[in-house]
Amino acid sequence: MQESQSVEPVTSSNTDLLLEPTTNYTRITQQVADIILTPLLKTPRGWLFGFLISATALLLFLYTLGYLVAAGVGLWGVNIPVAWGMDILNFVWWIGIGHAGTLISAILLLFRQEWRTSINRFAEAMTIFAVICAGMYPIFHLGRPWLAYWVLPYPNTMGMWPQFRSPLEWDVFAISTYFTVSLLFWLTGLIPDFATLRDRTDNRVLKYIYGTVALGWRGSAIHWHRYELASLLLAGLSTPLVVSVHSIVSLDFAVAQVPGWNVTIFPPYFVAGAIFAGFAMVLLLMIPLRSYYNLQELITPKHVDVMGKVLLATGMVVAYGYFTEALFAWYSGGEFERFLLIDRATGGYAWAYWSLIFCNVLTPQALWIPRIRRSLPAMLVISLIVSVGMWLERFVIIVISLHRDFLPSSWGWYTPSFWDWMFYIGTFGIFFTGMFLFIRAMPSIAIFEVRSLFYKYRENRGNSGEVQGFAPITKDVTQ
Amino acid sequence: MSKEIIKLQDVRARLAGDRGKRQWRSIEELAETAEFDELVRREFPSQAGELRDPVTRRSFLKMMGASLALAGLTGCEYNVAQPQEKIVPYVRLPEGLIPGKPLFFATAMPFQGYGLGLVVEQHEGRPTKIEGNPDHPATMGASNVWMQASILTMYDPDRSKSISYNKQESTWENFTGALTQSLNQLRGNGGAGMRLLTETITSPTLIAQIQQLQQAFPQMQWVQYDPISRDNVRAGAQLAFGNIVNTIYDFSQARTIVSLDSDFMVTEPGHLRYARQFAQTRLVRKSNPAMSRFYVAESTPTITSTQADHRLPVSSSRIDALARAIAAQVGVGGVTAGEGLSDAENRWVTAVVQDLKASGGASIVITGEQQPPVVHALVHAINQQLGNVGKTVQYTNPIEANPGIQFDGLRQLVTDMNSGAVQLLLMLEGNPVYNAPADLNFTAALKKVPLSIHYGLFNDETSANSTWHVNASHYLEMWSDVRAFDGTASVIQPLIAPLYGSRSPHELLDALLGQPPRSGYDVVRGYWQGQLGTTFEQAWESALRNGVLPNTAQQPQQVSLQGNFAAQQAAAPAANDALEIAFRPDPSVWDGSYANNGWMQELPNPFTKLTWDNAAYVSPKRAQDLSLQEGDVVTLNYKGQSIEAPVIPLPGQADNTVTVHLGYGRQNIGVISAPDGVQIGFNAYQFRTSDAPWFNTGLQVQKTGRRHDLVTTRNNYVIDQQVYSAAERREIVRVATLDEYQKNPTFAQPEPHRLTEEQVESTEHNTNMVDPVPQGGKESPYVSLLPNYPYPGYAWGMTIDLNTCIGCNACVTACQAENNIPVVGKQQVALGREMFWIRIDQYYHGDLENPKVYNQPMLCQHCEHAPCELVCPVAATVHDAEGLNAMVYNRCVGTKYCSNNCPYKVRRFNFLQYQDEATQSLKLQRNPNVTVRSRGVMEKCTYCVQRIAAARQDAERLGQEIQDGGIITACQQACPTNAIVFGNINDKGSQVAQLKAEPTNYGVLTELNTQPRTTYLARVWNPNPAVGETE
Repeated sequence: MQESQSVEPVTSSNTDLLLEPTTNYTRITQQVADIILTPLLKTPRGWLFGFLISATALLLFLYTLGYLVAAGVGLWGVNIPVAWGMDILNFVWWIGIGHAGTLISAILLLFRQEWRTSINRFAEAMTIFAVICAGMYPIFHLGRPWLAYWVLPYPNTMGMWPQFRSPLEWDVFAISTYFTVSLLFWLTGLIPDFATLRDRTDNRVLKYIYGTVALGWRGSAIHWHRYELASLLLAGLSTPLVVSVHSIVSLDFAVAQVPGWNVTIFPPYFVAGAIFAGFAMVLLLMIPLRSYYNLQELITPKHVDVMGKVLLATGMVVAYGYFTEALFAWYSGGEFERFLLIDRATGGYAWAYWSLIFCNVLTPQALWIPRIRRSLPAMLVISLIVSVGMWLERFVIIVISLHRDFLPSSWGWYTPSFWDWMFYIGTFGIFFTGMFLFIRAMPSIAIFEVRSLFYKYRENRGNSGEVQGFAPITKDVTQ
Repeated sequence: MSKEIIKLQDVRARLAGDRGKRQWRSIEELAETAEFDELVRREFPSQAGELRDPVTRRSFLKMMGASLALAGLTGCEYNVAQPQEKIVPYVRLPEGLIPGKPLFFATAMPFQGYGLGLVVEQHEGRPTKIEGNPDHPATMGASNVWMQASILTMYDPDRSKSISYNKQESTWENFTGALTQSLNQLRGNGGAGMRLLTETITSPTLIAQIQQLQQAFPQMQWVQYDPISRDNVRAGAQLAFGNIVNTIYDFSQARTIVSLDSDFMVTEPGHLRYARQFAQTRLVRKSNPAMSRFYVAESTPTITSTQADHRLPVSSSRIDALARAIAAQVGVGGVTAGEGLSDAENRWVTAVVQDLKASGGASIVITGEQQPPVVHALVHAINQQLGNVGKTVQYTNPIEANPGIQFDGLRQLVTDMNSGAVQLLLMLEGNPVYNAPADLNFTAALKKVPLSIHYGLFNDETSANSTWHVNASHYLEMWSDVRAFDGTASVIQPLIAPLYGSRSPHELLDALLGQPPRSGYDVVRGYWQGQLGTTFEQAWESALRNGVLPNTAQQPQQVSLQGNFAAQQAAAPAANDALEIAFRPDPSVWDGSYANNGWMQELPNPFTKLTWDNAAYVSPKRAQDLSLQEGDVVTLNYKGQSIEAPVIPLPGQADNTVTVHLGYGRQNIGVISAPDGVQIGFNAYQFRTSDAPWFNTGLQVQKTGRRHDLVTTRNNYVIDQQVYSAAERREIVRVATLDEYQKNPTFAQPEPHRLTEEQVESTEHNTNMVDPVPQGGKESPYVSLLPNYPYPGYAWGMTIDLNTCIGCNACVTACQAENNIPVVGKQQVALGREMFWIRIDQYYHGDLENPKVYNQPMLCQHCEHAPCELVCPVAATVHDAEGLNAMVYNRCVGTKYCSNNCPYKVRRFNFLQYQDEATQSLKLQRNPNVTVRSRGVMEKCTYCVQRIAAARQDAERLGQEIQDGGIITACQQACPTNAIVFGNINDKGSQVAQLKAEPTNYGVLTELNTQPRTTYLARVWNPNPAVGETE
């Protein structure tokens, strides 16, 4: 392998840069491609360790899944009245996480936000695996999962259509579309980088594999032209999906008449929550990755800072959502909504509600301070808290609402069972196994996009000594 | 699998060989190839059942291991082992049988010795469902939980299946051989060493046989013992009248009813009739806005007292003083009012006396079997003094054979056993080792009897301590007879041949008598032939057809009061804070005889909703004093014995009384009575002594600090103020006093849409719709996306009268029996997964010490705008053309979304494989017209759609409309008080439409615009204004 020894990263004290000034075209390609082209036997131990843990969790998932299908959803803690618990909770949580990827790759592309280039590939991969994890739940929370295909509209001997008035039916279309478009977008974006890998490797097998998935990419002007058009189209397609998927997921609740669910603000509030959770997850994964693979030149504190601002903004929308929910409940004067409002704050699950307020409303306020936004350890902790907070939000919405609904005689409680947790941990197995394989086998940073950013960066500096458009540049940087 | 080549020659040859018309579907079928067989099997895989077997984690591991090992071997083989099944059609069709149509037979069930008339549904020779017999005076078509559950006992796979000698399987011949040998020895001294121990017996044939036996063995002694004994009732009558008489009440005529610790709607031999009669006096209708007034004084809340207008919680020992006070004030001679009545007691007594006097012979005072004889005597005197006798109270000769004081008899028997005087003890049913009073130590005495024979349904505690055990026939398997509370005799006819080759008691008695073997049929028929002579054939025919032998009821007789009964003083009243223990039969497992019955174990007890357990009930105040929470384990110390029991603080429980229920703590007699071999509940019989079988002071309660998981279906503590205040704000149960009702009959209507007087007067306003929102020219105030579907044909609907629902659970068990509802077990109930399609919600109102209790049966409301239908992604729950909210099990994938969106939470989900599809005998009980649901599907009340379908078929065949009353749902049929009414609301003349036009008719949660087809008639109660406790 050429240039197999890794390049020492160089960081400057300037935290406003999207690329470290020490980088260059070679180093960008090398830093990203080396992760992948390291020979199998020289795979770093850290990666192996992480992968083994993830794969164990994946095996746990397969075991739990098998037992679940064999015995029934009674393994979980769900009951009457709380017929949805960890299953739908985690479904919404995973789906929400996925949103950041689509937002970064599609909407930010359309808005020409250049800071997205270093993180979009990674975030998109996260979307794919998060949606796969999410997808496990709606299928396997069914009493008879082997009949899940009945929700699809296909000609059948029963002469039955699905019931199109049900929000669960809308979910089927929303999520399958979302997954398809996200996957296409991700794979399309990978083509030029696959070609780079094909060209850089000496290994015949890898050359063959990457050559195949690069679909004959030669980097001709026509290729680039088609590619740009395709990504623009896909970005255009993805953009409404960012809003629609979680809006429709929120309708699972908003359409029902359960107090605490039947709230008109749910769609925007869920979308904001999803982006909030998604950015937290991107940060949570990106910060360790950056330090482990020495990607400091490509992912800078500036990136973390920008994402912190997004977190803060969406966090404020979410906080506003909580406020509005409470206001609606109080202002409506309705017995059921008011009762639920009080029960959330003072009932048996009040701990969940107040933890949620702490995680999602109070903690993000720290992001007003720029120093915290650029401190990677601080951001890691905040992201973790926000991820927990978003999990609690779904707990509050699903469990607290169901456990105290209309008829007091039917009030109940919900405790997740051992198998609930196993299944949840198992989905992490899917997610991280996928992510580890992705990091090892595919460029986790879009090489060509970063290189084009670098080009722009150089061009701008060449003209006026200052980079226009995305980041100021210090005078003493020379090459 | 390579496709076998079809040889067309073979096909032709086969076709040629066939005679007659052969229809075929394909060449493959004709060729009878393996592929075609395979195809058929795939289409109808009998192996698919494996998918639905309950899976434990262990079996899953095994399965997984096996499938890994076999994956390579059997991957291509679909059909591993096809079981061979033979289907044999009726060669000769039994007379009157149309396959698929059930037959109904009249029979009777002995309960506590007294007959309850039944009509039993039988499908192709297997009984599936028990109903009350409308022609029988004791049931009048209604049923109680034990009638409903007894069918499950018959099919119980844990029943004793053979005769055993010292726990080794033996034969009838060996048994009769041993018996004859012993009898021959005993014959010498006239059977002096011979004892017969039975439960209370009213069977005329059996009595005659026992009398024959007594003639053959003049020295033999016959003892009857029932743990839920009516000794005090008999002794009370003896005290009052000098001889034992049977008392029969007519509640339908009563304007004032006073219960002194009597749960007469449950424990009296005529309880179903009494409940129905009582309910008749409580119907508040537009046409007759009046009702009786009901006073109760008791120590522990009962089903009966949920109906009380004035309830006084007092310890059981205070009842004596109350009875004396009432007797003195109504003018019974020779009685002085007891001293020391509290203010509350005085107020209650004053009100009672005022109303009793004003009722002019239209009143009833009744007391329970747990009260001492003197209270019974006082009550007899009060009824005489008030002029009730002959009107609401009748006396007849006793129904049971040899009436006497059972505890005395048993005590004598044990003495004889201990002294070695008993050589042969025959225990004809009953389980004395388990339920005899603890002080007698029956078990030790039994071991001294050389030859003890236990004839019973189960290998139970008694059979384990007897030399011989003879497996008994269930009453559904034998010919016999029984007398009801008023003496009416019924013939018990078998619905099925004995499942385990058992013999009826008549056949056993025949063996004792040394007669040539006769069938049970011959014994019973022979007896009645002798009794009735020339009128026999006609009477027998009538008995089998209608369920009662005509003219067998006892005639009322005159009795006269003895003068000196009141002199007998009750025990001195205990000190004020002395704790009293009270024993009660369990509301579900009764005396323990239903302990192995899953329906009964899982049936939520009234008030506490406790399942699979018993508990000590304490008053909330006492619980607070001892800092006890629901589920805390206490040590009960009483008479030197101690038991650990979990407590439940129960609103309405008397402060000084701790109530324990009998019937739990059974040893392992089957999988239900002791799941996984673990005994459930505590055995209160260990405490019970023959001198104070019902209540006594001297109890001490100590907190242990440990807790026990009491599993209830309410999922919250019984005392949960939040529940009751929310229920009140939400107006789930709407309540008014009679006075308020008379002033404002529409009190139950939602405030903004309250009917005007004119609308109430016109019957038009409400009959053609289920929405309680008035339509009298007005638009519905609710906006809906859903259209209002027209229902030109039938429109099924239901009303439930909250004023007459006593919360007895009969509907719950009836529904379970009719609709193949599985039992899920304690753990699953604890998780909130019980499967009842109908449940009794109970709400409290008022203070914890003496609250009002409102019963509300809750089942699928069959909403016109059903929230469940909208959210199902696969259209598994849909509306039918007659307004039923139908559940299509086959289509259900199990999202559970419908349950979340159901505001009434009446949908039940098969979280696991709950239905026992493995036990053969239980399969026989299932209703063939109701789908047996597998795991993963939602289910709920269907308004008994199978009965609607059956009625429709009958009506269409006759070219008629279904008549009102042509469809009776299972819950409605069971209801003792006729609180549930079902019918076609499009038919203005139907009872249900009439009731929906009542001003008290309202729907629960109608503000959600669900437009429920099930509506409720509001609760009205009738307090005495003089007491001044109205709110």
